Amino acid sequence: MSTLAVHDHAGTHHDEHGHEHHHDQSFLSKYVFSMDHKMIAKQFLITGITMAVIAMILSILFRIQLAYPDKTFPLLTTLLGRFAPNGRISPDFYLALVTIHGTIMVFFVLTAGLSGTFANLLIPLQVGARDMASPFMNMLSYWFFFLASVIMLSSFFVQKGPASGGWTIYPPLSALPKAMPGSGEGMTLWLISMVLFVASSLMGGINYVSTVLNMRTKGMDLWKMPLTIWALFLTAILGILAFPVLVAGVVLLIFDRSVGTSFYLSDIVLNGVQQPFEGGSPILFQHLFWFLGHPEVYIVIMPAMGISSEIMSVNSRKPIFGYHAMVYSLIGITVLSFIVWGHHMFVTGMNPFLGGVFMITTLIIAVPSAVKTFNWLATLWRGNIRFTPAMLFAIGMVSFFISGGLTGIFLGNAALDINLHDTYFVVAHFHLVMGSAAIFGMLAGVYHWFPKMFGRMMDEKLGYLHFWLTFICAYLVFFPMHFMGLDGVPRRYYAFTEFASMQKWLTINTFVTWAAIIAALTQFGFLYNFFVSIFKGRKATQNPWESNTLEWTTPVEHLHGNWPGEIPTVYRWPYDYSKPGAEEDYIPQTVPYSQTMSSNVPHDFEDNPAGLEELNKFTSTLKANEQVK
Amino acid sequence: MLLGTNLLMAQTAAAGAAQEEAPKVDWTGVAYYVAIFFLICLGIAIVGKILKIYDLTLKMQGKKGIKWNNIMAVICIIFLLAGLYGSYWSFTEQGSMTLPEAASAHGVKIDEMFTVTTVLTMIVFFVTQILLFTFLFRYRHSDKRRAHFLPHNNTIEKVWTIAPAIVLTILVVFGFFTWQKIMNSENLKDDINIDVTGHQFAWELRYPGKDGVLGPKDFRLVTGANNLGVNFKKKSSFDDLKVDTMYLPVNKSIRLNILAQDVIHSVYMPYFRVQLNAVPGLPTFFKFTPTITTAQMRTKLDDPKFEYTLYCNKICGGSHYNMQKVVRVVTEAEYQSWLSRQKPYLNDALRKELHFATANSEQSGASTNRIALNN
Ligand code: HEM
Ligand SMILES: [Cu+2]
Ligand SMILES: [Cu+2]
Repeated sequence: MSTLAVHDHAGTHHDEHGHEHHHDQSFLSKYVFSMDHKMIAKQFLITGITMAVIAMILSILFRIQLAYPDKTFPLLTTLLGRFAPNGRISPDFYLALVTIHGTIMVFFVLTAGLSGTFANLLIPLQVGARDMASPFMNMLSYWFFFLASVIMLSSFFVQKGPASGGWTIYPPLSALPKAMPGSGEGMTLWLISMVLFVASSLMGGINYVSTVLNMRTKGMDLWKMPLTIWALFLTAILGILAFPVLVAGVVLLIFDRSVGTSFYLSDIVLNGVQQPFEGGSPILFQHLFWFLGHPEVYIVIMPAMGISSEIMSVNSRKPIFGYHAMVYSLIGITVLSFIVWGHHMFVTGMNPFLGGVFMITTLIIAVPSAVKTFNWLATLWRGNIRFTPAMLFAIGMVSFFISGGLTGIFLGNAALDINLHDTYFVVAHFHLVMGSAAIFGMLAGVYHWFPKMFGRMMDEKLGYLHFWLTFICAYLVFFPMHFMGLDGVPRRYYAFTEFASMQKWLTINTFVTWAAIIAALTQFGFLYNFFVSIFKGRKATQNPWESNTLEWTTPVEHLHGNWPGEIPTVYRWPYDYSKPGAEEDYIPQTVPYSQTMSSNVPHDFEDNPAGLEELNKFTSTLKANEQVK
Repeated sequence: MLLGTNLLMAQTAAAGAAQEEAPKVDWTGVAYYVAIFFLICLGIAIVGKILKIYDLTLKMQGKKGIKWNNIMAVICIIFLLAGLYGSYWSFTEQGSMTLPEAASAHGVKIDEMFTVTTVLTMIVFFVTQILLFTFLFRYRHSDKRRAHFLPHNNTIEKVWTIAPAIVLTILVVFGFFTWQKIMNSENLKDDINIDVTGHQFAWELRYPGKDGVLGPKDFRLVTGANNLGVNFKKKSSFDDLKVDTMYLPVNKSIRLNILAQDVIHSVYMPYFRVQLNAVPGLPTFFKFTPTITTAQMRTKLDDPKFEYTLYCNKICGGSHYNMQKVVRVVTEAEYQSWLSRQKPYLNDALRKELHFATANSEQSGASTNRIALNN
């Protein structure tokens, strides 16, 4: 039945096509309420970049506080008003900055910005579909995301400021409006924004899954899909299964806040006043939150892994090493990521035996992660590596993933986590393995598919500068934080001035802040490159990277429906790079084996006996000819 | 956005906030930094143009233009070398600023495991990063060469699935047993029970009196003088002590009974490798044995002012960053003499209040458990 629907869909589009060239779409339906997946991808990307810049500026603000805890900056008061009285950010606003920075980066940039952009752009183009399964829902998905972003940012304008209980918004802190200023209207807006965000994410995810399952072109069986698609597909599944649990958690929190229920609250005396809550458990919220929260970190990293795998294969001119292992490890991560959430809760007072079980599952999930790393290294080995900016960012992603992943092994060990939990060690861990790695995956994708999105090329030299400065600064920012954590320096501290033992880290904090400022300024180089290239970049050719995947068979000028004629048929996997005997060092997926007799190998016909026979015939005639000579 | 906050600020300022000495913005300073930024941008633009012209002249001479692949490959190697040196420097320089050896019995086990984990992971770290960047250099693009077509190799893939699995299994097994041992330690008779209660933004400490038993608490009993809500219907409450600094006798088993009153806090004593969240409504405990006295640690660290501290490690509001208690590990004799000088929790104010409470409760007919004291 589903296949039928696909044919229908493709058919109608095809018929319409002749007309579509002529009638002009209105500005509104082309750029604003667009249902074209390529335009929606661009909308997600540009909104994501905007949110990333905002969250980055927030981080610079709180880094200034950490570097100069005793200095006053009158400019801050001019910019932030009551949030920074007398030239210093207030402790409450500091926590708000940390909270909104984390929330925006994790959800709005690395979830919606990353998956939203590349799932929308690549899924139809790489599986060979004319659009998403439901273009209308796809449009809604973007607009819910947009609304969620606006509401999240609007919380800066309420009297008491934005939510400030940390991006994990643990109750009772987040549930009691009197516990801190940010738990007032700011938290209400946070919760509303997140509900809309999850709705957006679900509409997107359902679309991605159904498009991948139902709308692949002829010949594109699952094992011929590029790793980007595998990653985006599994990411969408993770999101669909995990995000609803966050909504459940959030809704119960809304009840506790406004209806007077006690799901998360019990035995509370706030400022000497007993509160009428009994029987709830704050730990329940943490279970619900991390049941989403841990899959969420893989929702963030898996698209970056898929993108990097694809880009590294293209630019090493080599097949990705161990394609099947790569897919199975993605599947392994997907499944396992649902049973490790408790590692965020080792020291909550949860039953220690449960902690032990979560430690076991957590360290199991490191195995597929390790396999992926080794396979990336093997992909580079004896390659013919072209350093495009996209390639550099993909490599940076691997480097960060290794550095940050290894510290996960410390944290996953419950006994070690006793002393590491909630210190800067954790901050270093997840900013490398998730923050930096995923952002680099995203930037790699932007550089790589920019020609596909905008029909023009970005400037390579600026790309190089962008990469090296960001790469070096990210390490300078996050590497020293490990040692702060090992000295027992807690995260989410407004200042380290109150403890004799922490004052020695002030010089490091100043150093880190300056590295962060340089990294942030570097991003303006990227923004310049990005926006100028949209209008003035060198015109792109159809397949600028000499890549095998389907998106490069579409014309440079975008059309609604992607391919002017029929959708091409797929004959082979996407990684036939540098195949011995082939003329070029790449063979696109659309080239049938019958045209590449000289490079075929028996392995290509594992489940195609007729083809194998053909090949045998071909090789034996070849041999016979040689003997004649 | 900025406009909006300014407006709001103007309102609050008008409402009479601390406006008197509104600090002045040093606009020349700001302009100076902005000018520097634009100068750097200009410099980059000029270098870019020069590179472009150079590239074009090379091409006009029939050469290939700037070989960016080679340049990037060389930078990769430079980065690798600088990175190796940098991480070595960081390990020695900042590594030496981290916590000293554990001052508790179980902490020693944790430290051992930490060392093993560090050694194993750092081997992987250095090997993989070195391979990554040398591959980049070694296999940089050349027109004369083709990449080696190698889609997979089942043997080596099995090796590098099983090898990490084995290493991780070893770590898990040790980790699991250490963890169970730390968290499931039995309660001994001569454990010293200490009650640690967190609230915004301080810790309250309560020691048991001579009976060695802490009286029970109930949040419904909290009043101004009885801020922990100790239940004085129970005998064990009467000799409880209210203390300000956490004194611990060395080499004695300590049991911290942990609770929070308002939001989640976390009892964190990193020198002892102790941490457990303080959760409202969920009493928890952590058992450990301190092994190094404050005085010994002072000589070890060569810091006569050194103090162990207990601080909050779970975001709990505006003053989360300053919620600490001094912890002193002392000899048994010092401990006893200190203990004998501590004041009972049941102070005069509280006695008075409980009297009042009795009188009041008789009138209102409520709260019978406050009569306890009079009986
Ligand atoms: C190699 C496997 C990994 C292991 C064993 C691991 C383990 C852990 C553990 C145990 C924690 C909790 C630490 C604590 O709060 O005390 C943690 C925190 C975190 N991890 Fe990982 N991790 C791994 C990989 C990743 C990956 C791939 C990502 C994301 C892409 C990630 C993202 C995070 C984040 C965001 C946090 C902090 C959350 C917070 O408290 O705000 N981790 N990790
Ligand atoms: Cu996790
Ligand atoms: Cu706190």
